[in-house]
Amino acid sequence: MVSTKKVVLHFPREAAERPVVCELALRFGLTFNILRASISPHHEGLMVLEIIGENAKNEEGLKYLQEKGVEIQPLSQDIKKNDQLCIDCGSCLGVCPTTALYMDKASYQVKFEESKCIACELCVLACPTRAMEALF
Amino acid sequence: MSSALRSYQEINEKIKKGKAVVVTAEEIIELIDKNGIEKTAREVDVVTTGTFGAMCSSGAMINIGHTKPRMKISEAYLNGVMAYGGLAAVDLYIGATQVAKDDPLNKIYPGEFKYGGGHVIQDLVSGKDILLEAYGYGTDDYPRKKLLTWINIKDLNQAYLFNPRNAYQNYNVAVNCSDKIIYTYLGVLLPHLGNAGFSSAGQLSPLLNDPYYRVIGVGTKIFLGGGVGYVAWQGTQHDPSVERNDKGIPRGGAGTLAVIGDMKGMDPNWLWGLSIRGYGCSLAVGLGVPIPILDEETLQYCAVRDQDIEAPIIDYSNAYPNGTGEILGYVNYAELRSGKIYHAGKEIPTSPISSYSRAREICSILKKWIQNGDFTLTQPTFVLPSTDSGVRFRNLAERPYNNTNGVRR
Repeated sequence: MVSTKKVVLHFPREAAERPVVCELALRFGLTFNILRASISPHHEGLMVLEIIGENAKNEEGLKYLQEKGVEIQPLSQDIKKNDQLCIDCGSCLGVCPTTALYMDKASYQVKFEESKCIACELCVLACPTRAMEALF
Repeated sequence: MSSALRSYQEINEKIKKGKAVVVTAEEIIELIDKNGIEKTAREVDVVTTGTFGAMCSSGAMINIGHTKPRMKISEAYLNGVMAYGGLAAVDLYIGATQVAKDDPLNKIYPGEFKYGGGHVIQDLVSGKDILLEAYGYGTDDYPRKKLLTWINIKDLNQAYLFNPRNAYQNYNVAVNCSDKIIYTYLGVLLPHLGNAGFSSAGQLSPLLNDPYYRVIGVGTKIFLGGGVGYVAWQGTQHDPSVERNDKGIPRGGAGTLAVIGDMKGMDPNWLWGLSIRGYGCSLAVGLGVPIPILDEETLQYCAVRDQDIEAPIIDYSNAYPNGTGEILGYVNYAELRSGKIYHAGKEIPTSPISSYSRAREICSILKKWIQNGDFTLTQPTFVLPSTDSGVRFRNLAERPYNNTNGVRR
């Protein structure tokens, strides 16, 4: 079965030197979409990736990355909405490119659908009460 | 003018007996749709309105009590945020947008503005201890020069909000026509009309339910920050002269309220310190105003709905900062609240900034207070200047100082 998975890759210094992500396509036939990346030689790096492919291949690909020293985290763990701090103003709505943050039309409260989030962090910039937090 | 249906006294007697008929600014719309103006006006005594959003022109007046020996404070900081001390000895005023003295501001752009006056006000109302650092120059009667102490709202002689400009009647819709992201008090604005920020509770907003200021005036008792407050004066920049549509609704920012209220009765849930990226600190204020249905005309104005309220679209990358006055077009609040507007052939997602759900909650709380007999209405000493007053907002006509046309003082 084909599935889509969003993951955050943390590259230690050593792993940032080598081309590893391209191997997902070459070795495992996976399609991927780089949602954001910040990787430079000699520095720790970070990449948010959407991987599309057969379930089994997906697993193998991620295992390969781990063997190469890349730490992997599901994306949904990285952007958090703290409901205690949210005042439902909606400052985050217009900047959210995927409508992961949306206004519930009945309650007019701001809701967060984590699976749609691509961790662009625009909401973190836009939130005046710092209810949106990036845990990278 | 339609004939009077009831007086403030009659309404208050019903409130005290627990018999007043109170509905929110949202409920009244349905009721009028169902029963018409005439019948509804006979039945309903009070309509409650509300708004919750960033209101930069807000601040708190506090009196900390005298020290021994006495001190005339000329410079003061509350949790590191400067408070104005140019008043009597131990009176201080802390403004919502004052930023902590060690904040890097926009030197690291866009600045985070993590803590400021709005946060101090929220912390004070929360009952948290606040660190006061104060200096005086020393006089014969006020010799003390330095003070470093914790203070707490419960020990203050007075702590009251005194907000020079709240509850703006309508407001701009901000967009960004430039090719780079900009940071404004109406939010983060993405380039090429990437999104639009707006800030009004629309059909729930107090002054949009009384567009000609027929019932809201100096002395009107209100919901303020979760406690009780009063309208103190017309707000700064109050401008009744703004162009109006055929329903009497101003097509842009118009009337404003200066409000006052005892912070000791307030709730931090309705006063939130804000950190607006790249812009600065502010305070989100919860404010609700009861509107007495004195006659049919008062009710007619409470029938206002989002689609009747239009707001100007303004480019905050150029027209606003440079004050060109250029308006790109108008949209109404039903469109704005739908989540997207259309301009120049583009679909533009919207960000409300002002919380509709919380405005709605304020309307309901105020309704409950009145229904329970806890909150009676006050008749204003006088109403705010309206369209016939000649009051209008002016920009500054600069008269540059050139050192030849006067003595420098």
